[in-house]
Order: sequence, then structure tokens, then C-alpha cells
Amino acid sequence: MATLPEPVEQLLETALVGELTVINASGRPVTYPLIPLYDGAKVYLTSSTLFSRKLEHIKANARVSLSITDPVATGRADRVTIQGDARVIEEDPHGGWERLLPIWEKKEPSIVMFLKARVALPLFFERALIEVTPRRVLYWPDGSAAASPTVTAVGTEAA
Amino acid sequence: MRTTPEIDARTGLEKLSTYPFNVLTWVGADGYPVSVAVEAAVDAAAGRATFAPPAGLAVPTDRDVSLTGSHIHPQPGYGYDERRHVTVWGRAIAAPEGRLELSATDAWGWDEAEVPFFEYSERSLGQSRKYFDALSRERGTPVRPKLSLGFLTLRTTRLPFLTATIVPVLLGILIAASDGAFDLLTAVLTVIGASFVQLAINVSNDVFDTAQGADDANVTPTQFSGGSRVIQYGLVTFRQMATLAVGFFAAAAVVGLLLLVLRGSSALLIIGVAGFIVGLGYTAPPLKLVYRGLGEIAVAVGFGPLMLLGAYVVQTRGVLSWEPFVASIPIALLIALVLYVNEIPDRRGDARVGKRTLPVRFSQEAVVGGYRVATLAAYGALLVGVVAGLLPIPALLMLLTVPLALQVGRGLSPNYDNPYALMAVMGVNIRLHLYAGLLLVAAYVVVLIAQAIAPGLPLFVGA
Repeated sequence: MATLPEPVEQLLETALVGELTVINASGRPVTYPLIPLYDGAKVYLTSSTLFSRKLEHIKANARVSLSITDPVATGRADRVTIQGDARVIEEDPHGGWERLLPIWEKKEPSIVMFLKARVALPLFFERALIEVTPRRVLYWPDGSAAASPTVTAVGTEAA
Repeated sequence: MRTTPEIDARTGLEKLSTYPFNVLTWVGADGYPVSVAVEAAVDAAAGRATFAPPAGLAVPTDRDVSLTGSHIHPQPGYGYDERRHVTVWGRAIAAPEGRLELSATDAWGWDEAEVPFFEYSERSLGQSRKYFDALSRERGTPVRPKLSLGFLTLRTTRLPFLTATIVPVLLGILIAASDGAFDLLTAVLTVIGASFVQLAINVSNDVFDTAQGADDANVTPTQFSGGSRVIQYGLVTFRQMATLAVGFFAAAAVVGLLLLVLRGSSALLIIGVAGFIVGLGYTAPPLKLVYRGLGEIAVAVGFGPLMLLGAYVVQTRGVLSWEPFVASIPIALLIALVLYVNEIPDRRGDARVGKRTLPVRFSQEAVVGGYRVATLAAYGALLVGVVAGLLPIPALLMLLTVPLALQVGRGLSPNYDNPYALMAVMGVNIRLHLYAGLLLVAAYVVVLIAQAIAPGLPLFVGA
């Protein structure tokens, strides 16, 4: 099983928002702020079908990165960028993503209340999962890009 | 209509300059994106941002890089708000003092203070349709968004709005009862038949508004306005919705014919036919009453006199009187005002498709003033009816709703351009109609009780 450095796991567990970068058809990076969800092995993000262009990009090019940079969202000074391979999980857009609800609820308690009222905005709750298998971690302990990041290979490639 | 949040490069840079730091991103030589937080100095007028190159990482100059600003305001125990983000793209080139410069070419972003989340979602419906179409092609079978049957029924039929029917029908039945005419079976059938009529109207309006582009043009629907949107969301197909409308009309017709057979009233036949024409013609061609500026009048007539007198004549076997007509006037005005206020957030979309509602045609001042005049007229009609001895004195109970009317009148102007803030006002306005109607119903319950226990008690002015 892939393991991430402990401070990175802590960042993933506390961050309310991260920046997912995918690569579009013309090779450009496109960045989306999303809530990172970490189950101890892989990083997950979810996307409503309303905002599913990122899923098209991932299906065409699985290479992504997830950065956690906002001290307001983490309460910490350190920063990280996780590079990895993404997979779109969409067998059941209506309810498949709900297996991550307990992790999501820890960061956004109100999501359960909104889900109960899904009739108000049904398409927001038609969602796909983005599963990121980490490959490499760039970590800035004090958050400053004036110093080189610590680079850690993760998972099968790290062996 | 703008459906994606693309913005020009200069605007993007202006927005970028408001963030305390930015995320510099590029695609590395190994094909993975690389992101690093930097502090950029933005000169929006010059179309550029400069930043110190990150240590230990080679920023490419032969391909686009981006700078992203992102903000969220955590609310512990709840979630977050104040979401906004912006990304600016361009090539990185060497700048003085060892810095790098991004020369901006284009940008995109979203700020929920500028485009509320619900509007942003509505503007993104096309992307959701595209997603499900692609998934359907991939699987070789249709894949559609889903809702539980209960929620889908609630949303498709707009069931909670049935109060618009129940109130005048109950009132008509009770007024007839106070005149000595009451039959339980036909009373129940009237409630059922009238409910089918409204459900048919609700569903057919969505069908015709979709066919004429009105619901697609509306990007600011709310809980109370903009239709059910089940077709727009892909929850129900256009064909299914049209079939449902026909089914409800057929059910209403069956109940209507049964009532005709049971009560044999030509007045009921005339009222029923008029109701059918007004209800279907509200959005359906060739009448399209709402598109011709007659929507408010159609709703006032349909859910005021027609519903109330229809229920009354079923009980009296066709005998008409002034009392139910006068009682229907405040109800008619208040239900028209429900539509009137609900049209305010829809007005831009309605204008695009030629729906000439009053909020489309008149200024904010005129619309708000019109609301106040119409509520005064509703209460004025009540008072005149009571003073003239046409309505019973307990009908004055309806005056208890005056504070709600004042609350709506005060709430319109401050929220006129904010559909989501206006939702609370729309909710109060709907309650105003409901409570006013229920208080009139209660007044006639008082009349019936008084008639039973104190037959000589004067309940009308001048009696």
C-alpha cells in the first residue's frame, strides 16, 4: 500500500480545500479547488456532473496533481503538492460517491443536511469520484518556495 | 447566455491581485502537473504578473503556465462560504532581478459573491447533460440523474402549490354549506377534481414553457419560481411530462363529468370549460396568456372566482350568489400576487423568450407599488364585502394577515435583484395567501357553528 509522509497525511486530513490540477486537451494545466478526502491510502475528490469537465480531462489524461497551499484552510504553514494518477469512478453517479460521505462530513458537516434536501438541487448530488493514486510528493515544510521542496516517491514506483 | 466562467485576462489579473498568494502551475517534463505557492506582483493594466522562481524547480518557458488564486472561508462545525477562485494563463519569460513574468492571455474563475452557487449550477446544466449523454453512449444504455420516487413526485407535480386550489375550493364548499347546501361525496370529488386540474396545469406549464424555451432561459429559478425543472435536469423526459399532463387533464375531466352527472349543473359546465381554457391557455398556444401579459389575470380568475364558484355550484346544484363571488376577490388578488412576486426573479429569463409578465414590463418601483395597491385592494374588498353585508363579520379574521402583507411589501425592494434573498419574501407571500384563505375558511366554520347553536345570532352587517 502506498504511504505518504506523515505531515502530508495530516495536511490531507485537515485541509478544507486543495487545488486539483488536471491537463486539458491542449496540454494546459487547469486547476479546480476541491475538498480533498483521504482514506489512508488514496486521495479522493468528488465532482458534480454539473462541473464535470475536469472528468473529461482526467479520462483523456490521468496525470494530475493536488496541492494543499492555503494556511486558512489547514491552519498550518506547510504546503504540499501530490502528483499522481487519477481514475474516474462513476458506476453509480447517484449514490456511489456516498461511501466517502463520512470523510466528507468531517470536513463539511452541513453536507449531510444538504443531501437530505437533495430534491432542491438534484444534479449537485449526481457525482463521480476521482481517485488519485499518489506517485510523488513535493513538500515545503515552512511553505516557502524560496527553499527547494522535499521530494518523495510514493507507491509502487518508490520500491 | 454565458455558461462557462471565462473572463478576460485583465479582469483575471485584477482578481488574482486580491489573493495573498497564488499557485503557480505547469506541466512538468514527466507529464505530471507541478504546483507551487508563490507571491506574485500583479500589474493588471500591463497584463502581467511577476514572481520569484521557485527554488529547485524549473519553470518552463516553452508552454503555458498558470497562476491560480483560491479563497474559502471555513465555518467550523458547518462547512465554508465565500468561495472564489481565478486562474490566469500565459507564457513565463525571464524578467529583471532574476524574476519570472507571466504575460496573461486568458483566464477563468468563479466568485459566488458575483454569481451565486445556485445560478452557477443552473448555468452548468449543459455540462451535466453532456456528461450523462457521454456516459449513456459509453454504456450503450440511457443513464439519467435520479431522485427517489417521493422527491420526484413532489418536484414534478409541484405538489405543495396545491394550497392554491384547496383554499378556494374549501371556501366555496363552506359558503355553500352556510347557505344550507352540503353533500359530502361531491365535496370530496370537487377537492379531488380541482386538485387534478391544478396538477395538470402545473405539469403542462412546464411542458409548454420548455417547448417555448422559457425554462431553459431562466438561470435563476428558486424553490418557488422557474418551474419544476425536471425536464431541464434530465429527471423526466419531455415526452413523459407531456404524458403526465394529459393524464392529469383526463383525470380532472373524468371527475368533472362525474360531478356534472351527479349535480346536473350548466353553471358547473361553463365554469369547468372556462377553467380548462384558462388553465391550459396560460402557457399553451394559441392563447399563451402569460406570454401576452395576461398571466396574472388568468391566475386570479382561475384560482379565485372559477375555483370558488365551481365548488359552490357543485353543492348548490347550479344556484349562484354574490357571496362566494365577493369572497373570491381577496383570494384571487392574493394568489395573483403569489405569481406576481414569483415572477420577479424570473423576469430576465422571461423577457428573453417574450413572456410579458408585469415584472418584465414595469420598473421595480411600479412593481413594488403595484404589490401594495393590490394587497390594499384585497383587504379593501374584504372590508367592503363585510360592510355591505355580503360577507359574514367573522371574515374580518383575514385582517390578521395584514402584518404578513406588510412584511412582503417591505421585503421586495431590498431583495429585488437577488433571487435567493427574495426566496424568503416569496415564502411569506405564499403563506399570506394560505393563511388569509384558511382564516376565511375558519370564519365560515364559525358561521356554521353559530348557525347550529345560536340560529338567530346576527352574523352579517345589517342582518
